[in-house]
Amino acid sequence: MSLFLIVALPFFGALLPGLMNSAGRSACAGVTFTVSLAAFVGLLTNLPSVLSGDVVMARVDWMPALGLNFTLMLDGLGFFFALLILGIGLLIIAYARHYLSRDDNMGEFFTYLLLFQGAMVGIVLSDNILLLLIFWELTSLSSFLLIGYWKHLPEGRQGARMALVVTGTGGLAMIGGMLILGQIVGSYDLSVILANRDLIQADPLYVPALILILLGCFTKSAQFPFHFWLPHAMAAPTPVSAYLHSATMVKAGLFLMARMWPVLSGTPEWFMIVTTAGLVTMVLAAVIALFKHDLKALLAFSTVSHLGLITMLLGTGTAFGAMAAMFHILNHATFKAALFMSAGIVDHEAHTRDIRRLGGLRTLMPVTFVIVTLAALSMAGIPLLNGFLSKEMMLEEATHTTLFGMPWLVPALATFGSLFSAAYCFRLIGHVFLGPVRNDYPAKPHDPGAGLWLPPAILVVFVVGIGIAPFLAEPFVKLVTASVLGGEAEVPKAYFKIWHGLVPALFMSIAAVVGGLLLMAVYNPALRLWDAAPRPEAKVIFEAIVEAVARLARRLILPLHNGAFTRYAVIGAIAIVAAGLHAWISGTAAAPTRTMQPATPIAIAGWLMLVGATCGLVLMHRDRLLSLILIGIVGLMVSIGFAFFSAPDLAMTQFTVEVVTIILLLLALNFLPKRTPVESSVLRRVRDAGVAIAGGLATFTLAYHYLLRDAIGTPISEFHLANSYKGGGGTNVVNVILVDFRGFDTYGEIIVLGIAALLIYALTETLLRGPVRARLLNRKPDQPRAGDMHPMMMVVLTRVVMPVVLMVGFYIFLRGHNEPGGGFIAGLIVSIAVVMQYMASGFAWTSARLKYPYHGVIGAGVLIAGLTGIGSWFVGKPFLTSDFTYVRIPPFQEFELATAALFDLGVFLSVVGAVMLSLESFSRLARRADETDSEYPMDIDPSRDNPPPDAVQPARESV
Amino acid sequence: MELLVATAIGIMTAGGLYLVLRLRTFPVILGMSLLTYAVNVFLFASGRLTVGAPPILRDGVTTYTDPLPQALVLTAIVISFGMTAVVVMIALGAFLGADDDHVDDQPDTADTKPEGKA
Repeated sequence: MSLFLIVALPFFGALLPGLMNSAGRSACAGVTFTVSLAAFVGLLTNLPSVLSGDVVMARVDWMPALGLNFTLMLDGLGFFFALLILGIGLLIIAYARHYLSRDDNMGEFFTYLLLFQGAMVGIVLSDNILLLLIFWELTSLSSFLLIGYWKHLPEGRQGARMALVVTGTGGLAMIGGMLILGQIVGSYDLSVILANRDLIQADPLYVPALILILLGCFTKSAQFPFHFWLPHAMAAPTPVSAYLHSATMVKAGLFLMARMWPVLSGTPEWFMIVTTAGLVTMVLAAVIALFKHDLKALLAFSTVSHLGLITMLLGTGTAFGAMAAMFHILNHATFKAALFMSAGIVDHEAHTRDIRRLGGLRTLMPVTFVIVTLAALSMAGIPLLNGFLSKEMMLEEATHTTLFGMPWLVPALATFGSLFSAAYCFRLIGHVFLGPVRNDYPAKPHDPGAGLWLPPAILVVFVVGIGIAPFLAEPFVKLVTASVLGGEAEVPKAYFKIWHGLVPALFMSIAAVVGGLLLMAVYNPALRLWDAAPRPEAKVIFEAIVEAVARLARRLILPLHNGAFTRYAVIGAIAIVAAGLHAWISGTAAAPTRTMQPATPIAIAGWLMLVGATCGLVLMHRDRLLSLILIGIVGLMVSIGFAFFSAPDLAMTQFTVEVVTIILLLLALNFLPKRTPVESSVLRRVRDAGVAIAGGLATFTLAYHYLLRDAIGTPISEFHLANSYKGGGGTNVVNVILVDFRGFDTYGEIIVLGIAALLIYALTETLLRGPVRARLLNRKPDQPRAGDMHPMMMVVLTRVVMPVVLMVGFYIFLRGHNEPGGGFIAGLIVSIAVVMQYMASGFAWTSARLKYPYHGVIGAGVLIAGLTGIGSWFVGKPFLTSDFTYVRIPPFQEFELATAALFDLGVFLSVVGAVMLSLESFSRLARRADETDSEYPMDIDPSRDNPPPDAVQPARESV
Repeated sequence: MELLVATAIGIMTAGGLYLVLRLRTFPVILGMSLLTYAVNVFLFASGRLTVGAPPILRDGVTTYTDPLPQALVLTAIVISFGMTAVVVMIALGAFLGADDDHVDDQPDTADTKPEGKA
């Protein structure tokens, strides 16, 4: 099966459990199981090529320019981990079906589980480190959902958050490390990176990259000092703990260290950091585990300890260490997942996980007892079980490892850790299952159904099988080791045997087991000693750090973000000016290359009007109507300026937009207060004036500076001028740019315009349905009303002018391609024509005569423009490729037909629709209860007031 | 001529900024409109100033103005109308809903009663 499918199956499959939720719990679990099984079988189909030593690759270019490609690779290491993830995943799914109660939403659980599974498979099969990072973050997110699955438990939420913060922080660090690595090598493909050991290790950035990547690995794999999140994540349902925190997610860090082993390991830095962290974690967590009373907490710390052990083995940098690490990953996954599931069984049946309340379960739960005993003894390192073999290899490796120049240190600490490890294993068996049967269990314990005990039992079969016949696992582990080592080292010749002779490791092993038994004998005094000893509580420290960081952030951000727009505007303006000032001071300015053009008297006159109006606007802004008139003057002068500086299209657009904007603001001013009161202090006004003048000076300097200098590079405008007629078939270059060269831009812009209009419509609707409606209807006008609101002169004039204006709009539209004009301007002109009718003859009269809803006009415009673009697909061209031809229909002259005109029609309709919908929405607010809508164009109509006797009075609409 | 345009941009920016910093919605909207003019003229001027040479292709004419900034500014003008309309609508809705046209939230004053007194 294709590697893509193996990775994609869990992700797509994650859609199913939610859908199957109502079909029952078994169906829900069944579909999840089937999805996983399919991926598992798919993985197995690749087994032959993996066994023959081939690397299966699958590749799809994603963003090649960034070096981000969807490249998957399946070698021995990837296969091993994928096998663990999918294989144990199957057992977990079966187990979870029986573990979760009826109150738990099973569809949700299995959706998260499959998402997690997909992300994990993605990590181990990625050949691109950027892709790997994406999957890495996905595991953090999906494990957050899984740990916090029991949302009603505060511990669950806190544990999930802590896990997310710790692993997420590590993930961020790792992104940095991976990017450095990619920069050093010049490729983000693992296969390339793994072949460049010397290049990477010689680079000065090797140490930062190493530390950042290790941060990611250590947080994920709960290495000291980041070990504390794992026990808190135990608030998750037990299937999650068994899956994530024994077999898969916490192994992701180990996987990455193994994957990067050929290029990162072997240096003193790697050895020091990784071995030390692993050793400390192993010993510390083993000691803590012994004194935990919660079954799952004990197992959690024991997991941390074993992860430390594997980390230490990877840290030694020898081929034998790597092989032992791989072997122990396999063994640990089998016995620890079995132990977690058994702990879940005990919890499920006895309703407690507190070891102090348990004991004597041997006779009550014989099946569980056998499973736990075998798995725990394997963890303790008892011969004939698989844990013994890899622990022996670990001790063997420890005897050859010298840390800090002290050859005894690593073996001694390894033995010490193993001693505690053996002790808590014995405690697990002894304090839970052995001893007298009690009569105060919270619930009467008994063995569960096969659905719960079979999955751990299957794992225990492996525990015993590998333990008795290690040669069965040997070829596979060596295959995995070979792919870990890459070409950097030979796979060790050592055979997997139960009996190696009287080697030091054997004596260390014996010492650990015997010491563990002795420690159990003095457990109670030791516990008292432990309880009396002061020890830091990781959760408290963690929360203090988080709180301190949050406080710091609050102190920094709150003064800047206090919710006041004015403050944001000031800070924003100052920041922009300061950035510009910095550039101005630190850069150099070239000498002017253009001469100043002489100012004509007309230009000076225009400038005076513009500046006068602007200054007047600022000074007299408290009178709102006056300021509206003044801003109209500013807009008018700007459009005249456009015309003056050879931009006829802009002048027309600005002029027409000015008209509708002023109408819009007048409509709004109808409701708003007519004066702005004096509120701000003089000081504040001086401050604002200072900011404003600084901003004005900055823009003036910038504009003046570049107006006197030519562009550094050749502007692409030359291309547009040269190709406008040849390629676009139009002589108005501005219009050709709009509808052809940059048609896609324009398409986006008419959509934005349409959305803005719809937004206004939606806001109006909301207002008119809410409590504001009553206020609007009963509003008393604050200004005297005109006696004749719809004067006859105006009505008659606008009706006469209407066809003329429409004609002008049509003309402007048609000539747009070759002369100033086009869809935008024509749309605005036609809008103004319609608005004139509204203003002259009243809202009701006009609305009754307009058949087309403006939403529809906007939609039609966007559709026409879009379909024009799509049309070019049918002739095999990209979206919005335009074409034109010249036709002659007698008796007319030859004329041009261009698809661009059709696109421009879309623009035209969108503009009309958007402008009209906005203005119409505003005027709907103005309708009031005390004024009935008049369906007559004029308020005074002699013919209406003296109706002919046979005329029927039309029924009046009620509001 | 360049000086005139540059000062016009500067003055419009300054006026716009000052009005944007006012406390009521209407002057802020006017200020944003002023800033829009300033920005549009600024962008337009990035094609440098040309008098009497429109971007309409004619036989025999060799000097044209830069058409690209014009095209960009043209759509910017239309879009800014849409945005102004949206902002005006929001301001209006806020005023009609709360009978208050302050831009920033006002601290609660009269309507907080001391506890225990109905």
